[in-house]
Amino acid sequence: MKARVTVTLKTGVLDPQGKAIEGALVSLGVAGIGSVRQGKIFDIDLRGEDRQAAEKALASACDKLLANTVIEDYKIDISA
Amino acid sequence: MRAAVITFPGSNRDGDVAKALARVGAAVLPAWHADTALPERTDLVVLPGGFSYGDYLRCGAIAGRAAIMDAVRAHAARGGLVLAICNGFQIACEAGLLPGVLARNAHLRFVCKRQHLRVERADTAFTHRYAKGQAIDVCIAHGEGNYICDAATLERLEGEGLVAFRYCDSSGAVTAETNPNGSQGGIAGIYSAGLNVLGMMPHPENLIDPLTGGTDGLGMFESLIARPRAA
Repeated sequence: MKARVTVTLKTGVLDPQGKAIEGALVSLGVAGIGSVRQGKIFDIDLRGEDRQAAEKALASACDKLLANTVIEDYKIDISA
Repeated sequence: MRAAVITFPGSNRDGDVAKALARVGAAVLPAWHADTALPERTDLVVLPGGFSYGDYLRCGAIAGRAAIMDAVRAHAARGGLVLAICNGFQIACEAGLLPGVLARNAHLRFVCKRQHLRVERADTAFTHRYAKGQAIDVCIAHGEGNYICDAATLERLEGEGLVAFRYCDSSGAVTAETNPNGSQGGIAGIYSAGLNVLGMMPHPENLIDPLTGGTDGLGMFESLIARPRAA
């Protein structure tokens, strides 16, 4: 199995990097950009086929290390 | 006073803080991130500045989970002193020794300059050689020093007098202009609830000798040596 973990800043947390990217896209003339928030993606190969165990392990990985839950949210997607 | 200075891969201010501690007569005990115990009879743990693990993932995130941090948390829980400077402050927050997080500077630039700090209280193990309200002239050098915490935590820090230092001008005035990184309330450093853990972005260890520009940082090390345990 494979998993993709997406970590993003919580709503309301200032994202100066996203703002800078947003400004660059606007200055490049890319049409229709409203706002940009930057995040991180972790692509993880999983051993075993137990989906529930994998979800639990990944949530633990996020809480312990991958996300700082003071300012970040995470989303876990597991695929076959 | 026996001071354990912990070196993580990428620490680069461990030597300077060791010099500052030795200057006031502390016994400096080097410690390594992969150790599982602190040196015997450690009074003070120092988490030094630098770029542990190249700031990968988040500043201080990986160092905050290093093997030795369990021993540091146990030391702090016993009331032992911990001084966490710059990257060390980021590590302390990531390790749960202090609340909140140091986020990217609001203006996105790395700041490296002299900076005045207002001493918010002068009755702690770290600051009793200063005067309350004194503006001390030290240095800052960081890209992620923007202190963020939730509203309840901020209220608790302010209400319980746990803000250690604020960025100010030479007269001690704290304004939007004196805030170099967007930190809430101009916060430059905070204490744990027991006042035995201090995390701060500025570098007192840089200013201990007139040869390198001033001695306003020395008071912190003189405070620590004069009273090795928290009051």
